[in-house]
Order: sequence, then C-alpha cells, then structure tokens
Amino acid sequence: MADVLQQVVSGIASGGVYALLALAIVLIYRSTGVVNFAQGEMAMFSTFICWELLDRGLPYWVAFFLTLAISFVGGVLIERLLIQTVSRSQAITVVTVTIGLLILLNGAAAWIWKGEQRTLESPFPSDTFDVGGVVIAAQDLGIIAVSLALVLVLWAFFQRTRVGLALRAAALNPESSRLHGVRVSRMLALGWGLAAVLGAVAGILVAPTQGSFDQNLMLPVLIFAFAAAVLGGLDSPLGAVVGGVVLGVVLNLVGAYVDFFADLRLPAALFLILGILLLRPNGLFGRSVVKRV
Amino acid sequence: MTAFRYALRALGFALFVAIVVFLPFRLSDFRASEFALIGIYFIAILGLNVLTGYTGVISLGHGAFMALGAYTTAILVTDHGMRDIWTIPLAGLLAAAAGAAFGLPALRLSGPYLALATFGVAVATPIVIKKFDGLTGGSGGINLFEADGITGLPEFLVTLPGGKVLSFNDWLYYLTWTIALVLFAVAWAIHHSRFGRSLRAIRDNEIAASASGVWLASHKTLAFSISAFYAGVAGSLLAISAFSVQPGAFPVERSIALLVGLAVGGLGSLAPLAAGAAFLVFLPQWAQDISKAPGVPAVIYGAVLIVLMIVLPMGVGGLLRRITGPLTSRLYPRS
Repeated sequence: MADVLQQVVSGIASGGVYALLALAIVLIYRSTGVVNFAQGEMAMFSTFICWELLDRGLPYWVAFFLTLAISFVGGVLIERLLIQTVSRSQAITVVTVTIGLLILLNGAAAWIWKGEQRTLESPFPSDTFDVGGVVIAAQDLGIIAVSLALVLVLWAFFQRTRVGLALRAAALNPESSRLHGVRVSRMLALGWGLAAVLGAVAGILVAPTQGSFDQNLMLPVLIFAFAAAVLGGLDSPLGAVVGGVVLGVVLNLVGAYVDFFADLRLPAALFLILGILLLRPNGLFGRSVVKRV
Repeated sequence: MTAFRYALRALGFALFVAIVVFLPFRLSDFRASEFALIGIYFIAILGLNVLTGYTGVISLGHGAFMALGAYTTAILVTDHGMRDIWTIPLAGLLAAAAGAAFGLPALRLSGPYLALATFGVAVATPIVIKKFDGLTGGSGGINLFEADGITGLPEFLVTLPGGKVLSFNDWLYYLTWTIALVLFAVAWAIHHSRFGRSLRAIRDNEIAASASGVWLASHKTLAFSISAFYAGVAGSLLAISAFSVQPGAFPVERSIALLVGLAVGGLGSLAPLAAGAAFLVFLPQWAQDISKAPGVPAVIYGAVLIVLMIVLPMGVGGLLRRITGPLTSRLYPRS
C-alpha cells in the first residue's frame, strides 16, 4: 500500500508540472481559440533565460522573478508581432505559425546556449520526509505547492478582478466586449503574456528534476500537457489541473504495475484519453457549445 | 465552367505531365531521388488535403498511416516475397481501412480535440512499432536492401529512345510521379464531384450541410479513409525508395511536416500542393547550406515558415488564385 502511495505522490508532483503547462495552453485556447504548439518551447526558452541570469550571479529569487517578467513581455510580443498578423486567417495558418515558432525557438536555444547540457538549481531543499513508510521529497512537495498556489492565484485573478473579468469577456464575446469598452486586442496579448509566465514556472520547476537539460527539455512535457488539457477539456482551467494530476498519477501507476505497458506508458495513456474523449467529446470538464447556423 | 476553361485546365495538366516526364533528362541522379521524395510528399499532402482542405478536419496523425503503408510493403516484400510495386495498392488499402476504423469513432470529436487525438496517435506510433518487434523488427526496422522484391526497372525500359539511360533513382522518380499524377487526377475528380461538394459543405457549415441532406458520418469517414489511402501509398513508396523502414523514420515531426506542407501549398488547392512538398524537401537542405552551426538551420526553417505564413496566409495556391483570378474572370466571365 505504501508502495502505491509512493507512486501516487510522485505522480502528483510530475502531474503538477503538466497541469501548469496545460493551464497555459487552456489560457491561450480560451482567449484566442489557438492551440499553441510553441507553448513548451516558450517555457524551455524561459528556463534557459533563468539559467543565464543565475549563471551571471543573480540571487535565485531575483533571477526567478526577472525571468517571469521577461517571459511575460516575450509572450505579449509574440502575440502582437506574430499571432495578431495571422489571426484573421484560417486555423491551419495560425497553427502553422506556432509550429514555426516551435522550430525557431528550439533552434535559437541550441544556437545561443550551444546545445550543451545545463543544470538548474532547485529552489527547494533536497530533504525527504518519511510519512508512514511513504518517502516524500521536499522538491515534490514544493512543486505541488507552487502549482496549487498558481492555480489559486489565477482563479482569483479571473473571478475576482476587473481585468480578469475583462479577459473572460473578451474571450467569450469579443464583439460585445468591445462595445462595452474592453480593449480586446490588449486582453489577447495579456492572455499570451500570462500563459508565457505559467510556462516559465513549469520549465523552472521541471528542469531541476531532470538532472540536466538542453533545448529538448519541454517536448515530452508538451505532449503530456496537451493530453492533460484535452482530458480536462480545452476550455476548462479546472479541467487542465485535474487532467494534469490524473495523467501524472495514472502514468506512474501504469508504468510501475502493469508489466506489458512498462515501455508503452505514453501510448497507453493516450489511448485511455482517446477512450474517455469518445464518451465525453469535450473532455471531463469542458462545456459543449450549442451551435447556431 | 465553360468548355474553354476546361480546355485551359486540360492544357495546364498536360504541361504539368510534360514537365514531370522530361525533368529527369535535365537532372543528375541524386536530384532524381530528391524529386522522387517530393512526389512522395505530394501524394501524402494531396491525401491530407481531402481531409483537411475539403472537409475541414485537421489531422496531425497522417505520419501513422504512412508508417502503416511503409511497414505493409516492407513485411510483404521480405516475409512473403511479393514484388514491390504490387504491395503499393495493398499498403494504401490497409491504411484506408485503418483510416475508416479510426475515423468512425473519432468523428464524435470536434476540431481541436480531433486534431490533438490524431496528434496522440502520431506520438504513439514509433513507440508501438518498437514494442511489436516480432512483426516490425523493433527499433532496427526492416532492411529491404537485399530483398528480391525490390526489382527496379523492366529490362526493355532501361535505355529510353534518345539514349537516356535510366538509373534506379530515375525509375523511382517515374514510379512515384506516375502514381502521383494518377492520384492527382483522382483528387481533382473528387473535388469536382457531388461527393467533393458535400465535403466542402461540411467544412463550411456542418449543421447546414447536414440539414441539406449530407450524411455527416459516412462522408467524414470516407474522407478520412481516402486520405489515409493516399498516406499509405506515400508510405509504401517511402519504404521502397529508402530500402528500409524504421520506427525512427515516422516521428511525430513527419505528421506535422505534412500539415506544414499543406499550409505552404495552400489549403484546398491541388497542383500548388507540389510547391508545399518541394518546400518540405528543399528548405531544410537550403538552411543547412547557409550554416551548419547547431540550431541555425532550425532558426532559418522556423523563421522562413513564419514569414511565409504571414505573407501568404493562403499558401502558394492562394497566391496563384489571387494572381490568376481577376485576369481570367475578366477575360472569360463565368456563364
């Protein structure tokens, strides 16, 4: 039993990271209707910026918050310079631009940081606690706490502030929001900025758990984040979080206890999600949209 | 369309065929293999276009159908001693069946969910291939180099009139492009058929189409199946031209590349899709030629792709329509 709990706890920790990136994907999908394939690479780039700042001798938390600020500006700029120019085109054009951005950022990171393996220090101590036979790493606890805190802050921002309200309005009905004085295009840029910040946190949290990282840090995480977002419902922030955590736990349990699936963890999880989608085509928490002709 | 416009189209097609037939006379052996690869991508993109361009269903998983076609050919040639070219239609049919099997349940999903579900299939493909190594040879794949089924050219065709000696790569080129032209004609026929019109109606407004009597499930499943057939044929040709199949040849990037090729060629276009296929083959090489420093080719590739999408949001096909559109409609008004 302790063994199972052990797998669950470490599953929740990795699920927390998937949840953060999934949340970023949901944020952008809700506000602009774009599935952002570059989300993982944006997070990877932010992680490298954090590494660079630390390498230049900045204290950890200064580097951390400076990275978040830079990521925010970067996200806003990407929306303003790239996404806005193609936003009136068909979906496939916008998707292709984000794919181009994925390739570009991956290459740029390899170019700037020489494609070498880097190590990022963890903000959390390397202690472990023993709770009734279950060993819990402080790092895992830290990741869970940060993810949870971010989700709460984001929820409060969307539900309890005027800007959050405006953001939701712009996503739901741009035309009416504009008539009510909401600057819709600014809200879209703000959404991209926030998503970039979420991604940056995910990258900075996940990099230390990998030992060392290079420009391919976030590609596997992106796949899990997509899966989590789809599982929870692309338009549901709560769904993204639940989807991420459930996915993390299920992946760990399946990998550990079902022998046949030991090296089929990923396909097994994906087909499970496909099965759930067939029953609930809009994810677990997504709302189905009533269409008018 | 008036008879005159039909004649114009036929002339254009004849020109296309003529270019395809006479190109190897001007190309080196190596270039012929590159153009064969363009033909393979062209076939796969034509197929994806039936699904994404006509029906409006975005698939990020067509690399999986290519893999299925490639492995069908490889296994039939090595284990069952079949001749390579006869495995091509079988590879297409098997992929079409898989497309229908996947398409039917997947139709419950709407746009982005379906796109990400197909993305999941593309991600899972190489891992699943490695797992079933009894059939697929695991991560080493299947080698076709010594297989008897890879036949190359019939004897009497080796020297063409005019003294041109056909190499294996020339043979690949003609094989690929002959199939590509036939499938191009089929795609054209679909585009202009009642079925093709129904598909476009689904793309433009699903509910209106269904209210007008288009049976969504059958049309979408058939579109999925046809498009998987094209991908299977392309995969089969890829196996023949590479003399081998490996799981590493079908990463998720290949599925994404097909969508990129379609976007560059122009959604819903036909002949301009060849430009998208050429883009997929030549741009990475061109980027490598500029600089081989780590990361730089990817930066160039990504930047060119982004700029291209901003400048030509409708792809090369959209550009051609814009250039030719006003002139032809002024000269030959629709009657």
